[in-house]
Amino acid sequence: MAEFLQFLFSGLTVGAIYALVAIGFTLIYNASDVVNFAQGEFVMLGGMTTVFLGYVGVPLPLATIVAILATTAVGFALYRLAIATAREADAVTLIIITIGASIFIRGVAEIVFDKRFHSLPPLLSNDPIRVGGAAILPQSLVVLAGALIILLLLWAFIERTMFGKAVIATSANRIAARLVGIDTQIIVGACFALAAAIGAIAGILVTPITLTSYNVGTLLALKGFAAAMLGGIGSATGAVVGGILLGLLEALAAGYVSASYKDAVAFVVILTVLFAMPHGLFGKTKVERV
Amino acid sequence: MSVLPADRFRGLPQQRLFSLVPLAAIILLMPLMFSSAYYYRVAALVFIFAIAALGLNLLMGFAGQVSLGHAGFMGIGAYSVAIGPAHLGISPLPSFVLGVMISTLVAFVVGRPILRLKGHYLAVATLGFGVLLAVAFTNEASWTGGPDGMIVPHLALLGRPLRGPEPWYWISASTFLVGAAVALNLIASPTGRALRGIHDSEIAARMLGVDVAGKKLIIFVVAAVYASVAGSYLALLNSYITPDVSSFLRSIELVAMVVLGGMGSIPGSLVGSAVLVILPQALAFFHDYEHMMLGLIVMSVMIFLRRGILPSVTAAFAQRHK
Amino acid sequence: MNKADRMMRIHTAAAAFGVCIAAALIPAPASAQVKIGAVLSASGPASFLGDPEKKTFDIYVADINAKGGINGQKLQMIVYDDGGDANAARTFATRLIEEDKVVAMIGGTTTGSTMAMIPAFEDAQTPFISLAGAIEIIQPVRKWVFKTPHTDRMACEKIFADLKRRNLTTVALISGTDAFGHSMRDQCVAVAPHAGITIATVENYGPTDSDITPQLTKIKTAPGVQAVINTGFGQGPAIVTRNYRQLDIKYPLYQSHGVASKQFIDLAGAAADGVRLPAAALLVADKLPDNDPQKPIVVAYKKTFEARTGQPVSTFGGHAYDGLMIFAQAAQRAGNFNPAKVRDEIEGTKGYIGTGGLVNMSPTDHLGLDLSAFRMLEIKNGDWALVPESGS
Repeated sequence: MAEFLQFLFSGLTVGAIYALVAIGFTLIYNASDVVNFAQGEFVMLGGMTTVFLGYVGVPLPLATIVAILATTAVGFALYRLAIATAREADAVTLIIITIGASIFIRGVAEIVFDKRFHSLPPLLSNDPIRVGGAAILPQSLVVLAGALIILLLLWAFIERTMFGKAVIATSANRIAARLVGIDTQIIVGACFALAAAIGAIAGILVTPITLTSYNVGTLLALKGFAAAMLGGIGSATGAVVGGILLGLLEALAAGYVSASYKDAVAFVVILTVLFAMPHGLFGKTKVERV
Repeated sequence: MSVLPADRFRGLPQQRLFSLVPLAAIILLMPLMFSSAYYYRVAALVFIFAIAALGLNLLMGFAGQVSLGHAGFMGIGAYSVAIGPAHLGISPLPSFVLGVMISTLVAFVVGRPILRLKGHYLAVATLGFGVLLAVAFTNEASWTGGPDGMIVPHLALLGRPLRGPEPWYWISASTFLVGAAVALNLIASPTGRALRGIHDSEIAARMLGVDVAGKKLIIFVVAAVYASVAGSYLALLNSYITPDVSSFLRSIELVAMVVLGGMGSIPGSLVGSAVLVILPQALAFFHDYEHMMLGLIVMSVMIFLRRGILPSVTAAFAQRHK
Repeated sequence: MNKADRMMRIHTAAAAFGVCIAAALIPAPASAQVKIGAVLSASGPASFLGDPEKKTFDIYVADINAKGGINGQKLQMIVYDDGGDANAARTFATRLIEEDKVVAMIGGTTTGSTMAMIPAFEDAQTPFISLAGAIEIIQPVRKWVFKTPHTDRMACEKIFADLKRRNLTTVALISGTDAFGHSMRDQCVAVAPHAGITIATVENYGPTDSDITPQLTKIKTAPGVQAVINTGFGQGPAIVTRNYRQLDIKYPLYQSHGVASKQFIDLAGAAADGVRLPAAALLVADKLPDNDPQKPIVVAYKKTFEARTGQPVSTFGGHAYDGLMIFAQAAQRAGNFNPAKVRDEIEGTKGYIGTGGLVNMSPTDHLGLDLSAFRMLEIKNGDWALVPESGS
């Protein structure tokens, strides 16, 4: 029983990380139909910028805020300079653009930062909490709480504010939204910025657990994308559920099946779910007009 | 929306194959510019990846199905020519054929269920497939040598082992020509027309009586075979293979080659492959700034030549001469 | 966007493209310098190893040239980054041989890239000093291939010897599925019976995993385990160590020489106390007794590296230093840069004291280190401490 509990805790820890990345994917996809493979880099930027600001003597709380703002600017720049300029390009073309952007951001990080691993101090304490023979780090609970809080705030923002309504309108039908006077460029740009900010916050929250370095973004993007698809792309709740589910699948596979194949097992389960529910767990069924 | 000018594929087989003559000429004349074995090697790599990219282009550009795990099939081809001699006692040439057969089988078995998914969901499924293969190649060390990889013996033709990159330039270039000819014929065939119909609208195609699932499967298998051939060539060229031949990054690289060169453009596969193989070599000059420049170039090409290099350039010329 | 605009953009893109192609075709400028090559993984998953290697070369090649070069000629070191990809490494190897015409190669950060490049250098009859860890690089002995880092087998043997001294005979292995971790795991499994050690259970983790508690939980509940050995490099061992304490596992924990940098202690934090590992003397440079023959060399390297790069020293950079020095001294003994002569002199290296230990090569031993080159270290109060080797 203690074993199962430990696997559960491990899965929740990792799953919360995936959930945060997946939320970013979903936000951008909803606003612009773009699958942003640079999402992982936002997470990397949040953690690495905070670490390096800390090294030059900036107090940690201030470093955190600066890092989030810097990453938000990068997210907006990505939209403005790359995506918006590409105008009505193909979906695959846009994906390649975001991949090019992630290579570029990584390349810059290589030079500005360094190639070693870094950590941040945890928000609460380093001592694990022991429950039923298993141990969980307080920081894992912080990440989980962070994911849920962000989800809640996002929901409130989208459902309850004027700006949020504009986002819904833009994602439903861009041309119609423009016709009613919504400046879709600003809306989509803001969504990119918001996704970048969420990514940065994720990076800062998880670095105390996972450590960070200039190339952590790639794998995170991969897993976050898979989690978002599992939950049903377009649904923020789905993103969080998908992320946590993916984390749990990996941990349980590592514990009960084989640690070497845990990634493969997780994907097999995702595939099985997608065969049964081709739009993911919470995805909206799209009507295809002939 | 189909990006293909339909009239390029009408006409007699001879007319279609005639369009390959310029390419054949380039292949024959290029070695005159090669001042050392290094150029042969780079060119061989360009053609090898072009073969894989061509297969993927058939799947993505013509049939409209995305695959983020295509490097997995390259891995099957690559490891066949490694495992055959090392563990099964068969020489490289029969192992190469075995690799193609295994890829066909795997593509057939995996393709049917996976191709029922659409769009991003298909992308995730193919991603998972690629991950599964990469993990298997890394972990089954008793067969594959594990993460360190394994040695691949030289291919012997007419009793002589092929050493050095020169013979591989000729082999991969001529294979690409053959592959392009096959692709051209496939696209002009009823299957090809059905695929283009599927690309435009699956529902409409189905209503016209097209066996959508069957046709998608055929092209998936064809694409897998192309990748398997490319993977085998790569392993034999290097005399060594490591599991990252089928990594996620390699799959993304193949997709980028297809999109950069021009989806739905056969010579575009060659252009895309050339860009992504030659660019890192050219950018090595910039040392630490190499990745930054690579990312910048990929982004710029995609933003400004957004239908891919070849279609955009061709369209620009066509406009000018109107 | 009107047509003129679009034309402009297309032409610009084409021009940029053309420039890049042209850059690739520009031949390297001719010079009277002697060229040596290095293909390193300065980026990618092995950049943790390749980056200090590159920095070491930058510092010490300039140093050698400042002192007048070798045999009266300056050295030009051409470094290419393979990004951890064996195929790219092979292409750069061909480039070094065919285009840059190097007389020797020191590099190959990972075993995979080394093994992929070996055929190229053997065909070109150019000496190749590898910086990778696996024993298969030099066993079987290949005429043109040498290496400077200790083998993974030696690390296992050193750890097993320490275990025997502490009367511990049953261990659990937990290894990263990266090449380094995997290869050392295989060596430990192979060597264990000879050393009288029983391996109770083996677990794996992915090198980029952020939580390894499931695997450690299985080890915690496995019967008979008296100690745990973690083979891996990069961030994995740091996470293993943190998770180890998080789960409150009491058995002694051994790491491998893959963590050999102070950074490991920084990342693992207080959890690292009590961890033991085999490592080169470089890590405890200042704590070596004054009569230790390695002391002057490692102290000098450590001071120079840390002053010039601002980063803590690592044994990976040390292996690069050794490779460069072994080559330099061999070339000096040969009196010229004829690859075959230099190769003979490299093989004849005797009594070279480097950061890795005392090197005595021979036609049957292209590494030249023995078990005494490894020191057993323990982490105490956030710093390295030497473990006395007689009684413990």
